Amino acid sequence: MPEQPLLAKDGEPPSWPADATGQETGRATAPRPAGPPATRRIARLLPPLGRALAPWAVPLLVLVVWQVTAQTGALSPSVLPAPEAVLRAGSDLAATGELQRYILTSLRRIAQGFALGAATGLVLGFVVGMSKPAELLLDRSLQMVRTIPHLALVPLMIAWFGIGEEPKILLVALGTFFPIYLNTVTGIRGVDPKLLQLGRSYGLGRWSLIRDIAVPGAMPTILAGIRYSLGVAWMTLVIAETISADDGIGYLAQDARQMLRTDQIVLAIVLYALAGLLADLLTRLIERRVLRWHPNYRRPSR
Amino acid sequence: MAPQLPSSVPVTRPPAGARLLLDAVGRRYGDRRVLENLDLEVEPGSFVSFLGPSGAGKSTLLRIVAGLERPSAGSVELRGTGPEPVTARMMFQEDRLLPWRSVENNVLLGVGGRREEARALLEAVGLAGRGGAWPAELSGGQRQRVALARALLHQPELLLLDEPFGALDAITRIAMQQLVERLWLDQPRTVLLVTHDVEEALVLSDRVLVLAGGSVGRDLRIDLPRGGRRGHPRLVAWKEEILQGLLEPASATKGAAREKAGTRPTTS
Repeated sequence: MPEQPLLAKDGEPPSWPADATGQETGRATAPRPAGPPATRRIARLLPPLGRALAPWAVPLLVLVVWQVTAQTGALSPSVLPAPEAVLRAGSDLAATGELQRYILTSLRRIAQGFALGAATGLVLGFVVGMSKPAELLLDRSLQMVRTIPHLALVPLMIAWFGIGEEPKILLVALGTFFPIYLNTVTGIRGVDPKLLQLGRSYGLGRWSLIRDIAVPGAMPTILAGIRYSLGVAWMTLVIAETISADDGIGYLAQDARQMLRTDQIVLAIVLYALAGLLADLLTRLIERRVLRWHPNYRRPSR
Repeated sequence: MAPQLPSSVPVTRPPAGARLLLDAVGRRYGDRRVLENLDLEVEPGSFVSFLGPSGAGKSTLLRIVAGLERPSAGSVELRGTGPEPVTARMMFQEDRLLPWRSVENNVLLGVGGRREEARALLEAVGLAGRGGAWPAELSGGQRQRVALARALLHQPELLLLDEPFGALDAITRIAMQQLVERLWLDQPRTVLLVTHDVEEALVLSDRVLVLAGGSVGRDLRIDLPRGGRRGHPRLVAWKEEILQGLLEPASATKGAAREKAGTRPTTS
């Protein structure tokens, strides 16, 4: 891979991006204010436990109002069943083993589709980001394909593959691919050319330049792409499973609609929400671990 | 932290480090000639500083010597003490530490496994025990110390310093100057320093070169004893003279032409 786009041409006047870790970074490790002064004062008044629980107050309130209105009959079960009814629907399905099967099926599809899309996106992103010929050859075509909403391919996928596994995995992969590809290219291009020049003058080979400087330098941008694409992946799976499936969480919702089981429909929605939350939590954990050198990703309290 | 330097360190030192020979070196960017017909010989083990107005080609010269840039004309030769090619390491105005590597792993960039040496060097630059810290946790001066340790781990016969203290506050800068001088006295090697600070150049160097019009305008041997240079009347006089020359570009160029005929180093 030629490294022209990575490295400034000989003698070009430097036009580097601002150094993300400048002189002032000593301050970034100090505890950051959590908001405007008034809220901060309130936040400081709360005991640590209260501060940990505060974000959950609103969801809890919604849950209580929901349960009470459903119980008093103000909320018809055919519109929105009580939370307790949703829980029961879940435990009933779990007792027969269906729930676990649905969840596992959906998780497997996400994992396979995401792995396929992310791997392709990362590889192509690195190739295009680092090599001018590859950029010339590939970038335009990929940018053109990007303008097609990947969900527009659902009918075509069904026509090709029926309701098998392939259309779902491929759709998820397609939805995952572009955010990761674009962020990888951007991340690689954004690596400080001064650091690459330093690496070269300290005798690093091309492979070492990529591994020790380009990849870690692009990592914050790549991880942002991964987080975003996980959201897209779940959204894609919901649609793919709702339109054509005989298994998975989307199938559960679809089947429940035909039976007018609103409790199961809500259960499916809650499951999707939980899955999305979990995926987000996981990427945050990864970010905190991989980017622990970055002042912005360190825990503010220290 | 400030090291006690003996007041009468001999100026002439046994040869160590690389000998640098520049023959008619030129560098142009498009129509702009930055360096032209520059001849220079630097003796092994000497500490040489380059002064000059912005755009005089000081940093370009350093990058050419480092091999980061190719000259448009002329030749650059580095002769080491042994048969193997000369190791030259550069320190930049920005520390250029990799923010995702700990301090110790930054020092180890390009040379895996020499942890003991890296730790010893961190101790030598006054950062003992900070090897596990992230660069973002250090001050500007500390980061430059890490960059210095990183350059020294390669045991370069030629150390190139491109305004390494330019971004530091006055006190930190003096501490860094003393550190560089002490390390150079401990372990002789050829050092080229590009700076805007005339006093810094005069205090640290055996020889000060003022670049003007793309080549060496003034070539000054500093034969004052090390240690007591700051405030020495001759140093103050030199400083005034050089500053005057830098402040009046027109007369400096004329003066440079005159100087060039007289005191240009012979390199043939």
